[in-house]
This record gives sequence, structure tokens and C-alpha cells, in this order.
Amino acid sequence: MTVYPKQYDVIVVGAGHAGCEAALAASRMGCETLIATINLDTIAKMSCNPAIGGLAKGHLVKEIDALGGEMAKNIDKTGIQFRQLNTKKGPAVRSSRAQADKEAYQHEMRRVLEKQARLDIEPVLVEELLTENGRCIGILSHTDTAFLGKTVVLTTGTFLKGLVHVGEVTYSAGRAGESSAEKLSESFLKLGFEISRLKTGTPPRVKKDTVNFDVMAIQPGDEPPRPFSFSTEKISQAQMPCHLTYTNEKTHQIIRDNIKSSAMYSGRIVGIGPRYCPSIEDKVVRFSDKDRHQIFVEPEGRNTDEIYLNGISASLPEAVQVEMVHSIKGLENAQILRFAYAVEYDFAPATQIYANLETKRVENLFFAGQLNGTTGYEEAAAQGLMSGINAALKVRGQEPLILDRSQAYIGVLIDDLVTRDIREPYRMFTSRAEYRLALREDNADLRLTEIGRRIGLVDDSTYNQFQQKKLLIQEELERINQTVLNPTLRTLDELKQCGIDGLDKPTSLADLLKRPAMSYEGIKQLSPPIRPLPTAVEKQVEIQIKYDGYIRRQTLQIERFKKLEHLPIPDEIDYGSIHGIKTEAREKLAKIHPASIGQASRIPGVSPADISILMVRIKEFQRSQTAKIA
Amino acid sequence: MSLSDTIAAIATPRGEGGIGIVRVSGALAVPIACKIFRSPRHISPAQFSTHTLNYGRVVNPVSNAVIDEVMLGIMLAPKSYTAEDVVEFNCHGGVIPLQQVLELTLRAGARLAEPGEFTKRAFLNDRLDLAQAEAVVDLIQSQTELNFRVAMDLLSGKLSQEVNALSDRLADLLAEVEASIDFPDEDLDFIDLAAARKSAEAILNGLNRLMATAPDGKILREGARVAILGKPNVGKSSLLNALLQQERAIVTEIPGTTRDTIEEPLNLRGIPLKLIDTAGIHQTEDVVERQGIVRSKSYLDGADLLLVMFDASQPLTEADRQLLDAVNRSNAIFILNKVDLPVVTTIATLQTYAPQNSVVKTSVLYGDGIEDLKTAVLKEILKGRETISEGVIVTNIRHYEALRRAKIALEQARDSLFQAQSHDLIAVDLRTSLDCLGEIVGKITAEDILDRIFSQFCIGK
Repeated sequence: MTVYPKQYDVIVVGAGHAGCEAALAASRMGCETLIATINLDTIAKMSCNPAIGGLAKGHLVKEIDALGGEMAKNIDKTGIQFRQLNTKKGPAVRSSRAQADKEAYQHEMRRVLEKQARLDIEPVLVEELLTENGRCIGILSHTDTAFLGKTVVLTTGTFLKGLVHVGEVTYSAGRAGESSAEKLSESFLKLGFEISRLKTGTPPRVKKDTVNFDVMAIQPGDEPPRPFSFSTEKISQAQMPCHLTYTNEKTHQIIRDNIKSSAMYSGRIVGIGPRYCPSIEDKVVRFSDKDRHQIFVEPEGRNTDEIYLNGISASLPEAVQVEMVHSIKGLENAQILRFAYAVEYDFAPATQIYANLETKRVENLFFAGQLNGTTGYEEAAAQGLMSGINAALKVRGQEPLILDRSQAYIGVLIDDLVTRDIREPYRMFTSRAEYRLALREDNADLRLTEIGRRIGLVDDSTYNQFQQKKLLIQEELERINQTVLNPTLRTLDELKQCGIDGLDKPTSLADLLKRPAMSYEGIKQLSPPIRPLPTAVEKQVEIQIKYDGYIRRQTLQIERFKKLEHLPIPDEIDYGSIHGIKTEAREKLAKIHPASIGQASRIPGVSPADISILMVRIKEFQRSQTAKIA
Repeated sequence: MSLSDTIAAIATPRGEGGIGIVRVSGALAVPIACKIFRSPRHISPAQFSTHTLNYGRVVNPVSNAVIDEVMLGIMLAPKSYTAEDVVEFNCHGGVIPLQQVLELTLRAGARLAEPGEFTKRAFLNDRLDLAQAEAVVDLIQSQTELNFRVAMDLLSGKLSQEVNALSDRLADLLAEVEASIDFPDEDLDFIDLAAARKSAEAILNGLNRLMATAPDGKILREGARVAILGKPNVGKSSLLNALLQQERAIVTEIPGTTRDTIEEPLNLRGIPLKLIDTAGIHQTEDVVERQGIVRSKSYLDGADLLLVMFDASQPLTEADRQLLDAVNRSNAIFILNKVDLPVVTTIATLQTYAPQNSVVKTSVLYGDGIEDLKTAVLKEILKGRETISEGVIVTNIRHYEALRRAKIALEQARDSLFQAQSHDLIAVDLRTSLDCLGEIVGKITAEDILDRIFSQFCIGK
């Protein structure tokens, strides 16, 4: 074994969406950082669908941006189609989504990493974690070189014992055609970590000029496209359309006839797959009454012929896939460039980490991304960012950064992971957030930019711009609340044009804006601000005033939530010796080691009575400790 | 669960005699007292010194009806049982004023205390010594077991089945709204507004039906409260005895002998009643007597049925007329007693004052008219039905409160559906309503809702 001469503050293993954010955050926070990846050409690779964002995922991307992460900026530079989803279902659930040019996305991210000061990139296959006295001190490469670091962040994705299934064929790979990490899992087991299996799948890709787009519905992007990043002024590149087609009865018959040869249905796959991303086999079998399923036909980039068939992930044999694809309208002559496959991989159930993403078993070792049982680029990137931040804070000897469920979807994500012992690939949904009205895409910067600034991830120009925006919002809110409209004939006439009949007494602009028929646009007509305001400011003012009642109610709930969240449980509490709590609850508490009474109360199987008794026991413990000192 | 809520509960054992206490603890304790307590000189409880007892009345802040005369104890933090601000309403005892005062504190912002919660807070706030931790744990455990047993009873009593069914439909409705939010790209119409409104209405009807059984629940739990009112010596205690067929109340010729109210259970053809003999309502200088009279007045508000007695052998007195005024529009049966004597006051006389109320003629002394009276009483209590409602009945105030809050939130959601408000707002109210029902049958989590979505809809790409 040789020891690499440079010693690092943070070593990030893996350069997917989690690894990139982790490495960038750590190095930007002043840490000497190494990012180790099996293959330099697959940095930030989008292994599955060519899109960033979507419901709740768009929220995550905006939060990453507000904290000083990279994903939003990268997709703004390389996106080929931008859309806002749910425009009519309320401001809290509007989400951004963009189709990416996969290749451009990868290259751009690699360029950002390469330009980053204090960040080294090494092509290394990690075989073992090096530990000393229960602390992680570095990694050992396949070439028997030890890289030493104060902290290690693992973001290994689907590469731990990755097993690809296509029909009846199975082979080891992290992604189709890429070698998996076989030995690292062994190193995990040796250290005492629990490892379990998950599964995910990806659909076939077809060649562009063999697809008949004329018979498919077209789906264009929004005009003008809205950027993800709060600091992107404008998306200037041209957009590309997606298309829509459907499976049919013939497709379903082909699948039914061959269901036994599907890896999924042959019983060869042990890992648990995501229910919200079912394979086409699943859809046909479980929802046999549906006569068609939709397929989004999505370009993978500007300079590639590959077209992604979103909606028919499968693990059928290749010959069956050809037959299946050819049965679909517009794909009759499509040539498959890559076949669909399912991949099984090891993950480490996330009850083994704390909310700062550091493992409970080995100090200075952090887990992030798919390794923790999530799916999705955005979920991975969010954890990557937080693991990089927390590794850096640990190196600096500072308190960890833990976002709670009322602050960010990132908080909901990590709290769910570390509290709920999840055994299915975890994807974010807006319905997972109990304070959804407060956690909007539009206010991600107002929620998180100060925090990003405090830890050193938000640069001066972004921060100044943010403060300027905040000030404008503040001033306009004051103006709208204080300006009173008198029911003069002229005003009444103007109001009529906005769809509002009658005004019986002098009314503030704010009260007018609260009426369902009124919009900020209307207010602007009646009484314009001194100078024109940026659209983001106008939107913010409109939402804050229109939804004032609901937002206030949610704020009250959040205050109550915070009180329990701020009742800490001392680390030294020995759950084994606590009498009075049900056995099941005691075991779960001991396993998860919740940081607060609030977290303890969210553990499935822990009842309110258990929590009551736990509170008494904690008090008892604390008082006996004080007595000892005295 | 939260230490920060203000909690309230009846702090004395259930019983009829003596004084009953409603205790309120937490930051809102004094503000709640300010809302519902009126002192004779209009001094706000916020101005009372700590550790004082203050005379006044508890008033329903909406209707301004007087609920009870009370002594209000104020104990400000940290020198109180829980080390939080505590107020205690010392009521006249008997379940009705206590329940009513408790309900008012809940409406004014308190939460019904969990079992053992005052003691738990006392311990957590360092008011109890360490050795008492075990006692607190025992208390929580035993109360939880008790609740569990009650829950099992409820199970067999079908309440939770019924609430579960409503909660299930509500969860389905929420799942539709959530699916439409979280899966906008699907080729599916998750939610049909007209159907959703209908379904919200149907669930609301279910909630209303359950809530409407609460009065019957109270009758089953405590007996229908039938108060006997009348001026002294009109024959109230004799009537009580005749109905009970035993000598229970002290019967003398001296007006005002019954100083305390007497409550007696009676099973009338299968329906449990609680008969209350009250001190005669008339002006008196006797302090002890006055206490009893005030209490009689409080029964006007709390009783399910009033039996108001008049002396047929004498003309109506000023006291009788005041009584007629006081019971005006109440649920009351008039009894014209002593018809064995020469009759001066007739049914017609009474009906000039209150034409709606039924009148029964009795001679309690000779047992005449008692059966007619029993029939009239049952008719009033059952409101025309053969017997009380069969099947599911809400008997518990905690459950009633939860249903009430579920209903308010669901009404809001329904209105939002009608106004075609945005889905994120509709979801908030549906979720609140579902959480309230969850207090009765167990919480439905976000994960449960996702399970519903995935099992009902073909979702995902």
C-alpha cells in the first residue's frame, strides 16, 4: 500500500449528482477536496431520464440553488426545454421542469468541477474504507493507494454490487456497460453496516430518424422559458419539443405473452422497486383495464440521435423489446439504440445516519444519494449538497447544518430518510411536506439564501441581488397594505374593468388583492408602484397577500412544530434501560436515536403515550445528571 | 403532546356533591379566563393577583348566557401545580356546569388534557421531585390502558368503525386531490370537481349524523337531566319521591327545606333519567338558601327537560310569574299540582303565559296524574321517537370535539371546492379534517395517502 502524498479535508467518492454537489460545496467552503470517480467521462451523468425537476423535484432544485449549489445553474445552461407544471393548482405546487441535453449537462458540470479551486478529480475505484478507532480516515483504491482525508463522503449511486437484468440475462454493472463496485460493499459489511437491495429500471432509447413524429402529439416548452436559478437572468438558447404517443392493446398483448421472460416477473429480482415509476410490465399486469399508457418521446440532447421513451421502462428480453416498441404508433420502424434494463443495487438503510448525513457507526463518514435509498437526480443532489456542507462544517469544527421540515423540502427528505426506515426507493412528492404552503419554489431564496450565505456558499453578487429583491418585496408589501382606495366614480369604473363590482368603503389595495377576481396585474393598473418591479417581486407580493390567511395558519402550525423540534434528547439516553415504553417503540428509538422529541414522535410505531413517558424519563435523566454534578 | 399548548380538564372526580374544578394550564389560561369569566365589578381576570380566589360568573361569550357562579382561582407561573399559568374554575359541582365550563374553555382555545398531563407537566417543569417520576409514568400508563379499553369498547360500539368509514372516504378524496397535484403529467383525470363536492357533502352528512347523536350519547352516559322547579312547598320533593317511589328528599311543610339539590337516577321505561330536585326559586335573604337558588337557575341552562310545578289551589304569585319568564322557551312541562284542592289556577291561566308548553295535572299527594306525567316526560325526551337512537352514538366529549373540528375544516374544503379554489388550499383543509378524525381512529399519514394513490391509479413513467 502506498499513501498518496496530499492529505484532504474532504474526500468524495462518486461523481454523480450527489458527488458533484458535495465536492463543490466542500471546496467552496474552503476545504481541500478530492472527488474520486471510477470514470472521468461519466461525471454528472444522467443515467435515466433526460430531465431535471418536476413536481417537488423542482422545489429541491430551487432550494439547492438558494443554498449555493450548482444543479439549477447547470440545467439553466444546458436545458433544451423548460416548463412550469401545475400552473393552475396553486402557488405552492407549481414546479419547474426542464429537458436536459444530457451530454452538455455532463460536460458543463465537469468544467465547473475542473475550474473549482481546492478540488482535485481522480479516476479511482474505491475498494475499501480506511478507519481508525471508529473514525473514517480515508479510502483505499484498486491500485492499492491510500488517500487520506479528515472526512469521507460516499455517493456511490447504483454502483454497489450493481446487477443489470435484461430478460433472462443478468450481469454485474453499475449502469449498463459500466463496471460496478464489488468490494466496497464488503468493506461496509465488515464495518458493521446493514446493506439491503433496491431495484430501478430504465426504458429503451431509439434512433431519432427512425421515429415518425408526425403522428404524435407535440409538447413544446413554455415561452418565455423560466430559469431554475435565482441568479440566471434569462434562458437564451432555443427550445426543442417533446412528443407524446401511447401503447395499445397489441403492445399489451406482446407484454402479456412474454411476461414470464421478464426479469421482474421471473422472480430473479429481489430488490424492491419504486411504485411511482412502475415498469411497463407492471402497468399492464396491475392495471389491465387501461387500454393505453402514455409515452413521452424525449430528445436526449441537441447533438445526439438518441430518443428516450419515457413510460416504458422494462426488463424484457431484447427481441421482445423490439416487438413491443414496433407495436407503438410512430415507432413502427424505430431502431433501438439502447435496450431497457432493470438494475439492482445495494443501499444502506438510512436509519444508520444522523440528520447531518454522518453515519452513526463510523465518525467522519457521510452517506448521500441513492446509497441512502432515494431515487432521482434532484434527491441525490440535495443530499450531496448537505453532506458536502456538513463534512466541511465538521472539518471546521462547527455545528452541523440541519434543515427542518418547515424550512425546506431538503429537510423533509432527510428527516424522512433518517426517521422512517424506508425500504422502497424514496422519491419526493409535495404531499410529503406537511407545511407545503410555506415551502414554495418561488420563496426558496427567501427561505434559504441567508443560510447559504452564513456558511459561505452564496457569493457577494448573488447575495446583494437577493437583498435588493427582499427590500423591493418589503417596500411593495408596505405600499399595498397602506395605500387606500376611495370609492370614487373613476375608481369604481376602473374596478369594473378588473371584474370587481362595487366598493362600499375606502379599501386598502391589499384587501382588494385578496378578492378572488383580483390579481396583482389589476392592482398595478389601479395604482402602479413608483418604478416598475421585477416579475419575481410582483409574484411574491401577490402570493404573500392573496394567501395571507392560509399562510398565517401554517405559520402557527410551524411554531408548534418547532417547539417539539427544539426539545433535544440527550445522546446518553439508554433506551434499553427505559421502563414503561412499549418494546417495539423502545427498539425503534434505540435504532434511530432521534435527536429531538419532535423526531421521536414521527417514528412509525412510537405512540403519544410512549412520547409522554420518554419526556418524563429524559427529565429524570437530566435531573439525576445535574444532581451528580452538584 | 406539545408542552406549549394550553390544556384543560375537569380536575375533580366525577360526582355530584361538593365543588367541581375545571383546571386550565398554559400560556392561554388567563386569556381564556378573560373570555368567559365576569366578575361583579367588571374586573378582568388579567388584573387579579396571583394566588387569589375571585367570585364571579362563567358566561358563554357568544350567547352571554350565564353558565354557573364560580370562584376563580388564579395561580401564575411559576408557583402553580404545573409551574405554568393555571386558572381553576371552582364550579357548583354536578356534571352539567362542569362540562359546560370545560367546553367553553376548549372553544376559547384550550386543548383537552391528555391523561395524566397536568402531573406530567408538573414533573417536566421541576415541580415534583425525582422520586415521583415512576408515579407519573404509572399514571400515564394506566390512563392509556384505560383509554385503550374504552377504545375497544368503542370498537364494539361501532363508533370507530363509523368514523373509520368517514375517514376512509375523506382520505380517498384527499388522495384524488394530492394525485392531481403530484402527477400533473398523467393521462388521468384524478378529480372531478362535481363528484368531489358531492363526496365532501356526503362525508359532512355523515359527520353531522354522528354529531347529532351526541345528546343521546349524553343521555346514555349520564341520564337525561330532568330538573324539577317551582316555588317552595309546591310539592317538588313529593313529586321526586312519587317518581322514585321512595322517601328520599326531606319533605316538610316549611318552605325552603331542600337546601341542596338532590339528584336521583331513575330508569323510566328503559331510558335513564337523572331527576334533580332544586331549591325553590324565590327571593330570600338566607345566604345558604340563595346558593341553592342560584344553582336552580343554572339548571335552566343545563337540564334536558324542566318540570315546572305550580300550585293549582293558589293564584299565581310574583315568584311563579318570574319562573314562567325564566323558563320561557325552555324545554319544559308544566305541572299543575294539588288539583285535589279547590282549583284557582287552571291550564288556561298557564297557557296565557306559555301557549306552547304541555301541562299535566297532578295530585302528587294521592298519586294522581303521575303516569300521565311519565308519558309526557318520555315524549319530550325522545322527541317523538319510540326509543333513543340505535347503533352508533357519540358519548365522549373528546370525540365530539374532534368531530366538530373535522366538520369545520371539511366545510371550508367544500366551500373551496365550490369556489374552485386552487388545489393546494383545498388539500390543506381536507388534511386538517382528516387529522381531526385521526384523533379518534389513528392518524392517516402522508405515506398512507401515497399508498392509496399508487393502488388506485396507474401512475409513473
